[in-house]
Amino acid sequence: MINYANEQAMKDPREEQLLFESRARAGFFVVVICMLGLLGRYFWLQVTAHQQFSTRSESNRVSVRPVVPNRGLIYDRRGRVIAENLPAYRLEIVAEKVQQLEPLLDELATLIELNDEHRNSFNKSRRHYRVFDPIPLKLNLSEQEVARFAVNRHRFKGADVVPYLSRNYPYGELLTHVLGYVGRLDERDIARVDQGNYRGTRIIGKIGIEQFRETELHGTSGYEQVETNVSGRVLRVLDRQDAIPGTDLVLSIDVAVQRAAWDGLGERPGSVVAIDPTDGSIIALVSKPAYDPNAFVHGISQQAYQAILDTPGRPLFNRALKGGYEPGSTLKPFVGLAGLELDLINTQTRVYSSGSFYIDGYSRPYRDWKEEGHGWVTLESALEQSVNTYFYQLAMEMGIDRMHDYLSQFGFGSLTGVDVPGEGAGLLPSRQWKRAARDEPWYPGETVIAGIGQGFNVVTPLQLANALAVLINGGKRYEPRLLYATKAAGIERAQRVRAPLAMQIPVKEAGDWQAVLEGMDRVVNGVRGTATGIAVDARYRTAGKTGTAQVYQLNEDGEYNEADVAQHLRDHALFIAFAPVEVPRIAIAVIVEHGGTGSKAAAPVARATLDAWLDQETGMEVQP
Amino acid sequence: MKIRVPPWLGTPRLDPVLLGLLLLVMGFGLVVMYSASGQDMATVNRQAIRLGVGLLVMLVISQVPPHILSIWTPWIYVFGVVLLLATWVFGVGRGAQRWLDLGIIRFQPSEVMKLAVPMMIAWYLHPRVLPPALKSVFVSLAILMVPSVLVARQPDLGTALLVAASGGFTLFLAGLRWRTLVVFAGTLMAAIPLVWPFLKEYQRDRLRIFLNPEVDPLGDGWNIIQSKIAVGSGGVTGKGWLNGTQSHLEFIPEHHTDFVLAVISEEFGLIGVALLLMVYVLLIGRGLFIASLVRDTGSRLLVGSLSLTLFVYVLVNGAMVAGILPVVGVPLPLISYGGTSAVTLLAGFGMMMSIYGHRKFIS
Repeated sequence: MINYANEQAMKDPREEQLLFESRARAGFFVVVICMLGLLGRYFWLQVTAHQQFSTRSESNRVSVRPVVPNRGLIYDRRGRVIAENLPAYRLEIVAEKVQQLEPLLDELATLIELNDEHRNSFNKSRRHYRVFDPIPLKLNLSEQEVARFAVNRHRFKGADVVPYLSRNYPYGELLTHVLGYVGRLDERDIARVDQGNYRGTRIIGKIGIEQFRETELHGTSGYEQVETNVSGRVLRVLDRQDAIPGTDLVLSIDVAVQRAAWDGLGERPGSVVAIDPTDGSIIALVSKPAYDPNAFVHGISQQAYQAILDTPGRPLFNRALKGGYEPGSTLKPFVGLAGLELDLINTQTRVYSSGSFYIDGYSRPYRDWKEEGHGWVTLESALEQSVNTYFYQLAMEMGIDRMHDYLSQFGFGSLTGVDVPGEGAGLLPSRQWKRAARDEPWYPGETVIAGIGQGFNVVTPLQLANALAVLINGGKRYEPRLLYATKAAGIERAQRVRAPLAMQIPVKEAGDWQAVLEGMDRVVNGVRGTATGIAVDARYRTAGKTGTAQVYQLNEDGEYNEADVAQHLRDHALFIAFAPVEVPRIAIAVIVEHGGTGSKAAAPVARATLDAWLDQETGMEVQP
Repeated sequence: MKIRVPPWLGTPRLDPVLLGLLLLVMGFGLVVMYSASGQDMATVNRQAIRLGVGLLVMLVISQVPPHILSIWTPWIYVFGVVLLLATWVFGVGRGAQRWLDLGIIRFQPSEVMKLAVPMMIAWYLHPRVLPPALKSVFVSLAILMVPSVLVARQPDLGTALLVAASGGFTLFLAGLRWRTLVVFAGTLMAAIPLVWPFLKEYQRDRLRIFLNPEVDPLGDGWNIIQSKIAVGSGGVTGKGWLNGTQSHLEFIPEHHTDFVLAVISEEFGLIGVALLLMVYVLLIGRGLFIASLVRDTGSRLLVGSLSLTLFVYVLVNGAMVAGILPVVGVPLPLISYGGTSAVTLLAGFGMMMSIYGHRKFIS
């Protein structure tokens, strides 16, 4: 290095040399000690623990294999199993051990039915697995196939039939739109999941609860350290860490109620959503038509999938969550409450219905459903008889923006926050929305029809049911929940899961809310009610509101083409109801597509559903 | 006719012992590489070319007289820090910003710091009274902390560790008082929990998984478990070259980079590991011996700390493969696949050779 003659005046080179040498010796001593320590560790691994890691034959090897956790089961709120795991067999190939793949597959095809789709999806998967990973070729083998393979196993190096648990949905299409289904882990899934935890997993939740609760249902993979021979057969297990099974889920769905709603709809497309207003849990969530989820578990064939796509009524479409419908008169209770709470009317305010309503200066009539009109009505009787004029006039006084602001508190026009993916937001119109979305001004006539839930208003069945629950709850709004309880592995008792409170709507005058509910009670129990038919012989008291939605467009996708609309010009029938009136324990929204009037088509479905819930309800324990 | 040769060209100034040991390690490394790469000659060739480049760099540097290196030292250091800052801003790399893309070549400025930090501290301590006064100690610590922290936040814990260690060794060899050393070591230990919040999530995962690999045996713990199986299955004598079953067939991840020692352990057994560690110890010992021959304080410190840094490489990599240290990116010196670290190491040895070769002119 450079000479620093001046600065070195105080330095003592001799002393520094000695100091360095002592430090170098100390350093080298540490080096040797550490290296010996490291060697000691290698000694431990290679001599002391050698047995644990060694194999009995040169050609064998030790490998770590994932132990796949059992997927959590799903129960309904009364403990019925609605998603289970059944023992099954699948055919797997380890690519690395196969000399020539195509001849092997051809050979296998003589014993086990293999079509092009099996081969294609196998070839697609190959890219995402390592050469020594087993890749499933065909799931859910029949007993004959398993037996035929077992006899001929020696001929197929690299192929094996292995047992696994296959997901099964005992209630089939009844719960598809709630549960969703699991399917083969594909490339997009692999990119998304924790690869370590999914190393041995071959299925994943695709939609519905199965997708939304994937993390809980899947569990945590374990592993085992095994010795395998050349062909991959396990000779002995050296070490094992068990998997932690997935969490069992209890849904708030009651299959009996779900079934009653499903059957009630009959062959008509439609939707029923029932919510327990006391805790925001969803009792039934029906969307019809549906399809069998079990077909998707083993990998659905293109043909079968096309058949579902071609089924009229779009079975894949989840109406309960994202079907957009005009609420029609079912919106009237909410508009009425808005009028009361905004002090535009009181419970005694009377309006004269002459059959037609006019905006000052315009000649276009807005009609009542009764041509000669209903005469003088108050809010309660306006609800009872579904008097349009009352709400036309109220809407005009309120204006669209105040209506929007008040009704949005009930969750109209926004996502409910339900714990399943894919819900729609509906639409609650306002001046601002129209300007932004259509770049058009708001017209007074649009306010008038908005007062009876027509025009731009769009709701989903789930939104409607939840809004009703809020109304009868005195403004307490929950995020509706399908998950009712969970039972993690190793825990004795199920843990109750509660729906989170989304908001509490400020109550200005409790009597206002009561008056609206009173009006809804008269719909079913009043002399002139529009749905009196459904109360006959009921062991509990029901309140409700009928509605009819004009068919002009089903949803944003434009569900039906023009030719279809010509055949289905009938209106959608809507009905919302709650019961028992005294202490409501269920709020329900029913939509029957092209059912005609709410009272005739939708109300009986509601009755059947309410019966199933209120006639059998005994207790609320969860017994998975 | 007499050809005039510039004095710095002259005869090569290579220490035959050091050179012999280096060639031994590199030759062995290429043999292992053939097996680890699944008998892929192309990989071996690529690695051989890198090592060749490294040797060339070593040869060139060994001809540069130490006083020239000394003049350059502050500039190399400042340049290195600037590059690190540039990496922060313009760096490329997946997940971690380590690389600087210069169009033709991409390189890791952090590698430069492995040499620049001990050079800078040696340069700084050279004119001072040793053992260093407290002020000198703090300045030296600042010199090593700035790049270490910059590298650590890239994030590249392995390299940061090596940079910090190389600087720390310089201080240690300069005669840092034991008491001060203990205080610093204690402070460092106490600081570990404070560092935790600044680590990236994947770094924390690595530490967690290291502490308990069974937490995630199929994810990150996979590396550790597979590596242990490969090492353990090797036994005393190993399965023989090309006969490793665990470390082939992709069982070991990154098997020809950071985990190449697992391949060596499986194929050459405990005996192979012991011999390899011995060669490394001899290299370190030879380096320290050369250092003690040098009269010039700065050069002596530099040679000594470069030798001891080699020890950190071997220890950390060996411990990582054996599952007693977390997976940090520290390669097995001169054997792991990859050019950057080999060139840096050989450049360091070039400086050692230069100081060794020029020592008679210093006195």
